[in-house]
Amino acid sequence: MLKEKDKIFKNLYGFEDWKLEGAKKRGIWSNTKELIKMGSEKIVEEIKNSQLRGRGGAGFPAGLKWSFMPKDSGKDHYLVVNADESEPGTCKDREIMRNDPHLLLEGCLVAAFAMHAHTCYIYIRGEYYSESSNLQKAIDEAYANNLIGKNACGTGWDFDIHLHRGAGAYICGEETALLESLEGKKGQPRLKPPFPAGAGLYGCPTTVTNVETVAVSPTILRRGSKWFADLGSANNTGTKIFSISGHVNNPCNVEEEMGIPLKELIEKHAGGVIGGWENLLAVIPGGASVPLLPKSICDTVKMDFDSLKEVQSGLGTAAVIVMNKSTDIVEAIARLSHFYKHESCGQCTPCREGTGWMYRMMEKMVHGNVEHQDIDKILDVTKQIEGHTICALGDAAAWPIQGLFRHFRPEIEKRIQERNRRVA
Amino acid sequence: MHHPGTNNKVYKKINDNFEWSSENFKKISEIIKKYPSNRIQSAVIPLLDLAQRQNNGWLSKNSMEKVSETLSMSYIRVLEVATFYSMFNLEPIGKNFVQICRTTPCWLRGSDKLSKVAQEVCETNIGETSDDEIFTVVEVECLGACCNAPMVQINDDYYEDLDEESFKKILQDLKDNKSIKVGSQIGRKSSQPERKFDA
Repeated sequence: MLKEKDKIFKNLYGFEDWKLEGAKKRGIWSNTKELIKMGSEKIVEEIKNSQLRGRGGAGFPAGLKWSFMPKDSGKDHYLVVNADESEPGTCKDREIMRNDPHLLLEGCLVAAFAMHAHTCYIYIRGEYYSESSNLQKAIDEAYANNLIGKNACGTGWDFDIHLHRGAGAYICGEETALLESLEGKKGQPRLKPPFPAGAGLYGCPTTVTNVETVAVSPTILRRGSKWFADLGSANNTGTKIFSISGHVNNPCNVEEEMGIPLKELIEKHAGGVIGGWENLLAVIPGGASVPLLPKSICDTVKMDFDSLKEVQSGLGTAAVIVMNKSTDIVEAIARLSHFYKHESCGQCTPCREGTGWMYRMMEKMVHGNVEHQDIDKILDVTKQIEGHTICALGDAAAWPIQGLFRHFRPEIEKRIQERNRRVA
Repeated sequence: MHHPGTNNKVYKKINDNFEWSSENFKKISEIIKKYPSNRIQSAVIPLLDLAQRQNNGWLSKNSMEKVSETLSMSYIRVLEVATFYSMFNLEPIGKNFVQICRTTPCWLRGSDKLSKVAQEVCETNIGETSDDEIFTVVEVECLGACCNAPMVQINDDYYEDLDEESFKKILQDLKDNKSIKVGSQIGRKSSQPERKFDA
């Protein structure tokens, strides 16, 4: 279990003052100038050594991503912070932005400096209204105290942060869709390459990165990459905010060490499954996009990128959705299919048509209103969507259904048989 | 399921007129400064949001034309954005825009019961506006407060940790023009584990 002194997010629940004064008491902005003095190469090196992996879902090594930014492109560089938190189950960035916004802002300065960017845009989802007003107030405070702006923190580096509110589109969490949206267009993902580090926002070198990834970086620099790398296990280092929702006694966000066993996470922090551990049916371990895990796997699985990949799921955003035996598991996944149908941007045919078809099929499956061969048909369709679209939304729509049939196929077969008996 | 934000038709209103209020006009110059001077199209989402706030929560044809004029964009580019994003309502809504989250984490905690309560108290169907125009009730996809499920967004604010009773009270209070408490309805702070709060 993570020790109190190793926690990065000391005000996750907002018991303390979120404003500048409170933030300073927690050590934020204390020696930012010295961190910047390390120089951009050293900062990137430290982040690389810490083995920090992106907290937005894909788990891409953060230091490596930062190092992709060209050194001397002659163009403006941009840092774009992805605060479009819309993955079902995930509500961690929200807590950072409303309860500890200065942690994020300091991270922005450090990360932007490392990437030679003078401008940062924070793209926050439009529904987060009170979160965006807290964040805006924090930005105003930082400007007023010369922490950002001209000669930020007295480092000689000019740095602007702008807050940009979205308007309700899950797809804008995809980095290139986010950039399109920021440019004032429909949020439809771009073909890659070129990658944002080469041609991103306004055609300039850009790095898009998750709120949590940015927010942890100053603490890593302060306490050293070794401290961070010693938490968790190799390649899955550090701490992570887990969002535990669904059928648990105390749903909550909690910061924990990477690789904590799922069972321990749920029992220690979320007050256990409603009805006890034996009443557990399944868990979606990383936000709606990753395949679910049945209880037998949940008993022993560890919560990190590699352990969850081994059991054909993923850590994603570390949003743990717990379902106990009272759940209609088919309906739970059908609702996710509805979500993806609603959120498909309509650009690629397999996803636009496929998500709608899969949703209608899933709705029928809830009542067993299909034939046995339809199960193989829907699995075949998920395989045809997966990997055949510009962005990963197609994959994300396919995986929960594949996960359902991987572990709960007999449940649907039973429903088909029951319905056949009723009809006969 | 009907939702004024996913409607792609422009609502026709007679004698519709839209001019920026002087307050919003000032805000616009602040917003545009955030973006490079040759990229002010970036401000289309913030400006549509302003226009919608000024226009009682929805976007008329004239308001969108005003945005396109302000940003020197063609109208179709603005309409394209307004239809793509679900937060832009293209038809009039009631005074209280009640958005009930229906996605799996909220559903597991009983969001479908909330939908029933809303239909009863607001005297309207999902996706419709009540006759007295006090409520528009819609079901929406994940609003990102899953650890506080089930939750509902009414206008700008989140109401969390709801059950049938507390939600009924909120709606009734809105109906009676009483003030209501924003955030968690069981008195916990953000998304902390409840148990610690009791201790």
